[in-house]
Amino acid sequence: MKALLVGEYREGKLLGSTYETLAFAQKIGAAAVLFAVGSEGDLPRFDGKLYLADAGRYGEYNPPAHKALLLEVIAKEKPDLVVLSHSSYGWDLAPRLAVALNAAQVSEVVDVRDGAFVVPACNAKLRRQVRPKSAVTVVTLQAGAFGLTGEPAGTPAVERIEAQAEGNVEFVGYEPAEKGEVDLSRAEVIVSAGRGIGKPENVEIIASLARALGGELGASRPVVDAGWVDHSRQVGTTGQTVAPKLYVACGISGAIQHLAGMKKSGFVVAINKDKDAPIGEVADVLVVADVLQLAPALVEKIKAL
Amino acid sequence: MKILVCIKQVPDMESRFKVNAAGSWYDTSDLAWRLNEYDEYAVEQAVQVKEQLGGAPEITVLCVGPERVKEAIKKALAMGGDKGVHVQDEASFEKDPFEIASVIAEYARSEHFDLILTGMQSQDRGSAQVGVLLAEMLGIPAVTTIVGFTLENGAVTAKRELEGGLKAVVKARLPALFTCQLGLNTPRYPTLPNIMKAKKKELAALAVADLLKVQPLAVTAKMTLPEKKAGGVVLEGEIGELADKLIGILKEKTAVFK
Repeated sequence: MKALLVGEYREGKLLGSTYETLAFAQKIGAAAVLFAVGSEGDLPRFDGKLYLADAGRYGEYNPPAHKALLLEVIAKEKPDLVVLSHSSYGWDLAPRLAVALNAAQVSEVVDVRDGAFVVPACNAKLRRQVRPKSAVTVVTLQAGAFGLTGEPAGTPAVERIEAQAEGNVEFVGYEPAEKGEVDLSRAEVIVSAGRGIGKPENVEIIASLARALGGELGASRPVVDAGWVDHSRQVGTTGQTVAPKLYVACGISGAIQHLAGMKKSGFVVAINKDKDAPIGEVADVLVVADVLQLAPALVEKIKAL
Repeated sequence: MKILVCIKQVPDMESRFKVNAAGSWYDTSDLAWRLNEYDEYAVEQAVQVKEQLGGAPEITVLCVGPERVKEAIKKALAMGGDKGVHVQDEASFEKDPFEIASVIAEYARSEHFDLILTGMQSQDRGSAQVGVLLAEMLGIPAVTTIVGFTLENGAVTAKRELEGGLKAVVKARLPALFTCQLGLNTPRYPTLPNIMKAKKKELAALAVADLLKVQPLAVTAKMTLPEKKAGGVVLEGEIGELADKLIGILKEKTAVFK
């Protein structure tokens, strides 16, 4: 089994998710070579071959060029698997490779079992085992599903790679994250509101629980998209990655993107009416209740302590 | 200008899911069905383009699936779509993204759409593949995960959502395909008059067998419920009691009250 791992750089810096592809290869016992459009100044620690394409020339968003580069490497290496992160880069590029290779693509792999790739379905309420039928398979890995057991080591043998491809989408530039009202990454206690709180007027109920516990208010994506809470308070892959000592998820079902942003929390309490909500999978305590009733009761009792 | 919006009907994600008897998919009985949330943003974007261009574009809404998916098509028509295309397929759940994209490509190839919009993923499978596969099959640019869309002089400037709040601004000339992320716009609710009007709009039915020319590249071998975290405590009961129990646990296990 041979795997071609696709690393990721952003603005010239290697992303940590690159090492998750390495951990995946280790887990399935595959020989690995790496590919990345990146920079010589920040090479991954890796004991093997790295095909490196110049970020300056190929741009940060240039899928046809990245596809052409990868097809060159694939022709040379003939891997059984092409492995990307399930990220804005990976899920954009993976189907393009799949079409070019007439290969199966399996998205957001969290495990490999009985020779099948395990992926979440229905907002992680179910698990699906997918069996590819093509000679080559392109997979994307769920963020955080495959952690490295130890620090990676080694210096890659770099082989430069180039390819011709017309970009059909022009990269204009980056728009940085908005600076908001709070830096959640420093908070020791975060109490987050999810869609389950029902309406914007109820945000204050969750905020008062956060204050009672000496913490900050956080939120899941739907609550931020709806404009109930400032974006700077969004926890998740497209918001902030947090690591408080205590995380209280209120009315949050536990979409994967949210879980990825809070999984480093020390102690996790979930308050949800739905006993089957995926948040229960990561919670140390799941309280099956209506948070709009429980939160005021908690605030009252905490004040009386 | 011709716009295609590809939609899907999905179960309400708040449902309690069960695995079907064959162990191959979720049990579809007793589920409430709705228009895939990401696709609502795609429909809304199409309608906004139509409004921007003074009503000239024609919006076709396409959905592959069994009889019940007509409801999702009708909702999209009530939001402002002009005509529906129902690709009839009682077994669409067994098809992989490659087959679904191939079916849509087969239909779209001769229609020469200028703009194709889809959700970035479905809420049930979540594979985020069909849109990009379709664009690649049609040989047009694909831009994924957009949270901003501005059409000007036949080119779209889109904002792609990256990780950590960062966005990439990109520009593509039409024809092109865009996959829509939550927050792109504010999907409108269909009004009652528009729901009534939608009933009269054209809804063409096509047989999937006439459009399917490929074999699957992947199959669902098994569907299971996830394993629960070992050691996690579940508290149930009366509110006051729950509050006391939870405070007790927090005192014991965390330092928040010290």
